[in-house]
Amino acid sequence: MLESYLSLFAKATFVENMALAFFLGMCSFLAVSKKVETAIGLGGAVIFVLAVTCPANQVIHEYLLREGALAWISPELAEVDLSFLNFLVFIGTIAAMVQIVEMVLDRYSPSLYAALGVFLPLIAVNCAILGASLFMVERDYNFGESLVYGLGSGIGWALAVIALAAIRERMRYSNVPPALRGLGITFILTGLMAIGFMAFAGIQL
Amino acid sequence: MSAQHGIFGKAQREALIDPLFNNNPIALQVLGVCSALAVTTKLETAVVMSIALTVVLTFSNVIISLMRNFIPPSIRIVVQLTVIASLVIITDQVLKAYVFEVSKQLSVFVGLIITNCIVMGRAEAYAMQNGPVLSALDGVGNGLGYSLVLIVVAFFRELLGSGKLFGLTILNPITEGGWYNPNGLMVLAPGAFFLIGFFIWGLRAWKPEQIEPEE
Repeated sequence: MLESYLSLFAKATFVENMALAFFLGMCSFLAVSKKVETAIGLGGAVIFVLAVTCPANQVIHEYLLREGALAWISPELAEVDLSFLNFLVFIGTIAAMVQIVEMVLDRYSPSLYAALGVFLPLIAVNCAILGASLFMVERDYNFGESLVYGLGSGIGWALAVIALAAIRERMRYSNVPPALRGLGITFILTGLMAIGFMAFAGIQL
Repeated sequence: MSAQHGIFGKAQREALIDPLFNNNPIALQVLGVCSALAVTTKLETAVVMSIALTVVLTFSNVIISLMRNFIPPSIRIVVQLTVIASLVIITDQVLKAYVFEVSKQLSVFVGLIITNCIVMGRAEAYAMQNGPVLSALDGVGNGLGYSLVLIVVAFFRELLGSGKLFGLTILNPITEGGWYNPNGLMVLAPGAFFLIGFFIWGLRAWKPEQIEPEE
C-alpha cells in the first residue's frame, strides 16, 4: 500500500514531471522563472493548490459526476452520467478553492499570504492544476492516490520552475545571440532540463 | 473601422493578419504554449487541435464581445471561464463523436483549452473592448497564429522523429529496410522545446523588432 503510494509520488514528481514531460503550466512556468525568489513563491502556491484541488475534484467526480455516481441519492438516478460536466465543474472547484485558500491564508498566516498572495489568482488558470484533475479522472485514481498524485506533481512542477529560474539568473552573464535572447534561449534551456529529467525514467520504488 | 471598406477595412485586416507573424500568440506573447508542445508529435493531432482551438477562440470572442456591456466587471473572469468551458465541452463532445481515435490521443489536452491562456487572454484583452465582427476576426487570426506554430513544429517532429507525415511514410526508416535513421529525440519532450526555441530564433532573426532588450 505504502509502496504503491511512494512509487506514484516518485512517478508524478520526476518521471512524469508536469512541466517537463507534459508541458503543463508552461505559461506561468516561462513568465515567472526570471528570479529564484518569485519562482519559490509560485512553486509553493502550486504545490498547495494542487494538493487540495486534486482530491477535492476526485470526491466530486466520484460522488456526483461519474456514470452511476448519483445512485447513492436514489436508485432511479443510477443511469445518470454527468461526466460531460467535468470540465465546467472542475474549473469552478479550482477557482473556488483558490479563493478559499487565499482567504484562509490571509486570515491565519499573513506572512505566507504576503509571500504567495500575488500568485494565487494566477494559479486558477494554470493548466497544471486542471491537467492534474483531468489526469486523475483518466487514470481512475482513488482518494488517497489523487492526494499523493496532486502533491507529487506539485512538487515536481515547483522543482522544475525553481531550477529553471536559477539557470536563468546565471544566463544574465552569458552572451546569447540577440534573436535568441529571453524567450528563445529559455525554451532551449527547458529542453536541456527535460533531457536531464528523462534520466529518471524507469525508476521504480 | 470605416463602413465603405466593407468588412475588410484596415482594422479588420490587422485583427486577422497581425497575430500570424507580427504578434504571434506563442512566439511573442508566450501564451498557450502548454498544449502547443504536447500534441505536436503527429501532424494529425496538431491539425485537429488547431481547428478545435480556433473554433473555441472565435466563438468565445464573439459571445463575450456580444455580452461585454452586460458583464459586471467584478465577476467577468468567472463569466469568461464559464463561456469558454461550455464551448470546450461542446468541442470535446463533437470530437468524441466524429474523430474518436484522435480525441483519444489528445486525451486531456482538449479539456485544457479552457485554461489555454490564448483564449482567456483574447477574451480579456480584446473581446471585452471590441465589437463582435472585429472580435471574430481577432479570434480567427490568433487561432491561425497558434496553428502556424503547432503545424510547423508537428511537421518537423513527425518527419524527423518517425519519417512520416500524416501517417504516410516519407523518409523510409532503417527498421523497415529504408535508409533513414529516425531521430528519437524529436518524438520526446525535449525535441519540442528545442524546435519552438529554434522557431522563435528564426522568427526574430527575420523580424528584428521582436528581439527582447538586454537586461
